[in-house]
Amino acid sequence: MTAGVQSLTAGQSKVLQEFRQFAETEIVPFAGGWDRAGRLPRSVITAMAEAGHLGALVPVEYSGSASSLVDFGLLNEAIGYGCSSVRSVLTVHSMVSQAVTRWGSAAQRRHWLPRLAGGRWVGAFALSEPDAGSDAGRIATTATPDGAHYVLDGTKKWITYGQAADVFLVFAAIGGRFSAFLVERDTPGLTVAALDDMLGTRASMLAQLYFDGCRVPRDALLGRPGFGLAAVAGAALDFGRYSVAWGAVGLAQACLESSLRYASQRKQFGVPIAEHQLIQRLLTDMATTVSASRLLCLQAGELKDTGHPDALAAVWMAKYFASTAASRAATDTVQIHGARGCDPAGPAQRFFRDAKVMEIIEGSTQIQQTMIAQLVLQAA
Amino acid sequence: MVKATVKVFLSGFFKDHDFADDEDIFASGYANSLFVMQLIAMVEKEFLITVEDEDLDFDNFRSVDAIECFVASKNAVPVTT
Repeated sequence: MTAGVQSLTAGQSKVLQEFRQFAETEIVPFAGGWDRAGRLPRSVITAMAEAGHLGALVPVEYSGSASSLVDFGLLNEAIGYGCSSVRSVLTVHSMVSQAVTRWGSAAQRRHWLPRLAGGRWVGAFALSEPDAGSDAGRIATTATPDGAHYVLDGTKKWITYGQAADVFLVFAAIGGRFSAFLVERDTPGLTVAALDDMLGTRASMLAQLYFDGCRVPRDALLGRPGFGLAAVAGAALDFGRYSVAWGAVGLAQACLESSLRYASQRKQFGVPIAEHQLIQRLLTDMATTVSASRLLCLQAGELKDTGHPDALAAVWMAKYFASTAASRAATDTVQIHGARGCDPAGPAQRFFRDAKVMEIIEGSTQIQQTMIAQLVLQAA
Repeated sequence: MVKATVKVFLSGFFKDHDFADDEDIFASGYANSLFVMQLIAMVEKEFLITVEDEDLDFDNFRSVDAIECFVASKNAVPVTT
């Protein structure tokens, strides 16, 4: 039973508990060690694959499980509860799977989807560059047609799981038209450099990718030239935001449960600190915002499952609210744990560092605010 | 019906401009990635079609007329022998 208000249906609750059981067995005991090592062992990715989690967004005919978007959200909550680094890999891998499912040719689907669903190949999303983050239209990587190939030149930065991913969804411009490419890791001309010791999600194995005359076959192009950002990246990022939003719910839930346990056990002034009203106020805010975040994520998932046009705005709102709520929850969790909250032996400091990252990835808090404003003004 | 639906959608973005049926939507310079993403989502939802990889051509979405033509082509029953 998870702490807090139970807002899920009985069926959803059962699904979440199954995912939580996986997380508590395969992830939670090891997350601190992975964070300190700055590495995820391939074994956890294999465990995710064997449990069917890497094929959640892949159609059944390609060996996926074609989960509902609500169930996919619950999966992200459970994995985010255990470790934000693992959840980050789930996010980017699912973004690549979604992009191939949505925009891949029949041949690309047949080739890639069974590999991605089974976890034999893990995907990573390569959009950000040193000078192009929120302003994705400034990406400088180019793809030059050359006979039966495209030649990629440029640099991608802060690519989640870039150190170990097998295939990258890379965005580059063909004569000014933004386009998407599936690039295998061992392609000559692609060099991967590790980015370690980042603030949070330290085990997500970020990397910088250098494309220097990297030749890929014409059929590496995913979607049509010119639709790389609007269609391919746009839809993938929508799924990424949705995944991060639910992951933030899981992270905040972990903060809540850790804080409730510690506040009930830790005694100061002769009583558990949970009996002090100023601590109760922190717990109240945490429990309330966890519930609100989950409800916004559920709303987004239900709208996405029905293909409702408002799903886009609902995902932005869910990601904006859940990521900022997780950040506050993690800050308060460190506060409740006091010196133990700052100790690397405990999870609170990891929650704190990971939560800040939630406010930056897949659209910063400020970008979410701007986009939500645009959408509500559009409808006014 | 298609034209009216598309025009209602466009009016949400272009509040002071009524598009002629053959007017180039992208010539306005407003067509950022968010607009294109929402346009595709609207076409799929309203007209119960799926925009596939091979449909990703700006000419399919360039004007109200083009969108109507595209929707009609997606809904056409394929000839079988």
